Amino acid sequence: MDPLVLGIESTCDETGVALVRGLDLLGEAVASSMEEHARFGGIIPEVASRAHLEEMIPTIEAALGSACMDLRDVDAIAVASGPGLVGSLTVGVAAAKALALALDRPLYGVNHVVGHVAVDELVHGPFPERFLALVVSGGHSSLLMVDDIATGVRELGQTLDDAAGEAFDKVGRLLGLPYPGGPHVDRLARGGDPTAIAFPRGLTAPKDFAKYPYDFSFSGLKTAVARWIEACVDDGREVPAADVAASFAAAVADVLVTKTLRACDDHGVDTVVIGGGFSANSQLRELAASRCEAAGITVRIPPIRYCTDNGAMIAALGSAAVRRGVPPSDLGIGVDSAMPLGVPVA
Amino acid sequence: MGVATLALDTSSAISVAVVDGDVVLARDSVFAPRGHAELLAPMIRDVLARAGVGLLGDVGGAGIGGAGIGSIVVGTGPAPFTGLRVGLVTARTLALAWGVPVRGVCSLDALGAAHGAAHEGAVTVVADARRREVYWARYEGGERVEGPAVSLPSDVPAGAGAVVGRGAALYPEVFGEAPPESAWHPDPAWLARIAARRLGRERLATGGLVMGEPATGGGDLGVDPLYLRRPDVHGTPPS
Ligand SMILES: [Zn+2]
Repeated sequence: MDPLVLGIESTCDETGVALVRGLDLLGEAVASSMEEHARFGGIIPEVASRAHLEEMIPTIEAALGSACMDLRDVDAIAVASGPGLVGSLTVGVAAAKALALALDRPLYGVNHVVGHVAVDELVHGPFPERFLALVVSGGHSSLLMVDDIATGVRELGQTLDDAAGEAFDKVGRLLGLPYPGGPHVDRLARGGDPTAIAFPRGLTAPKDFAKYPYDFSFSGLKTAVARWIEACVDDGREVPAADVAASFAAAVADVLVTKTLRACDDHGVDTVVIGGGFSANSQLRELAASRCEAAGITVRIPPIRYCTDNGAMIAALGSAAVRRGVPPSDLGIGVDSAMPLGVPVA
Repeated sequence: MGVATLALDTSSAISVAVVDGDVVLARDSVFAPRGHAELLAPMIRDVLARAGVGLLGDVGGAGIGGAGIGSIVVGTGPAPFTGLRVGLVTARTLALAWGVPVRGVCSLDALGAAHGAAHEGAVTVVADARRREVYWARYEGGERVEGPAVSLPSDVPAGAGAVVGRGAALYPEVFGEAPPESAWHPDPAWLARIAARRLGRERLATGGLVMGEPATGGGDLGVDPLYLRRPDVHGTPPS
């Protein structure tokens, strides 16, 4: 029987704990402090850190309860030790170390972003030998080449400025929508014409594509949206919010999918896994599905609840590390707020 | 060996002790303001080993308590937030895993009680709160009579008596000659002693407390952090 791995996630505003054996998710619990942040229009690190401390023990107990298990059943502890907010990461890493110490079990400090990919194995079954992963959220937009989820992850490209989800939050603000803007812009966009406004596609001109084949840039797009809205207001015209949202979302999805398909072609890969909170975006899901099908590429996207931050993604990556025989982390590991993506296990 | 207590404090230095009654079986301490996440867990492992409390590979229902640690005591601050949380979440999680009670004591009380045991008269305990402020509390005969509070060093009420704590050493222009280094950081062994004393008092008052009942919320021995400051919602958070 595969070892039972308890995974802890606390990189941002979600406290997540889950139990995974092999590729089976046996129990999980998640608590979020997003409601406390919403009124500030952004994540307040100290508010998130305080919430992690209060939620950690109840969340561990709830995850064990949902699996009908006891801490004595746990064979290994995995924790997201980066990247993320230092104060938030610190609470999860300290709790994980205490469990490893108290239970005398191995500790695995794992990469949160790689966890967003690893969780798909719990949903859609074993990964193929090689695949590409696109991880998009409010904090990250990265294209990864994966030869082995626990030992062989290489970053091909990432955003040079804003993350995709971050650009959505900013455009949401421009359109007067509540924070976090992602889901609101998405909803509004569904009622608009995605071809109404030709917004720029960052780093896709031939010269940029040659220099930054797998990188993204969304700040120019965000500025273009702001200018377009300003011009509209200056002319005394009403802002067609749904068309702006739809055209903006189309530009983001287009760039993400175009670059991902280009990477598949360049690396001879026929499977793409998309993860991260922003993969809940409907235009991205639809465009990825249709263009990948046309190109003969299999696309795997976990259900939305496993795209946002949760403990299952960390337990999944920990489980993969244990099964591959990756050496455990030292009890003296720290948190790494800017952990490089080529490191699945610290 | 009887049932020992693991005591830890991360409000100033990172400090760990294992005590059995009044006897300190092992202890360690290091001052490393950014090192809590890295250093605390290995220090606990080493101090437990030196105290002769082996880590049990297979933790039974009775927890490690059967062979050694029967309770945990943790300093609840006040302190810079990130380091303080490392101590609190570690203590709470160890207690959950071992199935033993965890009790909290205001970290400044350790310095107040230690001074009270050796000296007559009142003492003010002053700790670094960063941002040019200090945490402080006043003690008479080892018992807290005022605070804990946070303020500018110059706003700490200038009572009679000694001043201890690392905060006093940081602002000699306000507090005068620095206290000896031995009176800078809370000693977790003193936290354990204070917790035992308060627990005894509670037992007397309630006619006996059920052992193994984790004191996780409220009350004198609760493990809620003493932040004393609201989160900073504008600039970057302290610590
Ligand atoms: Zn994430």
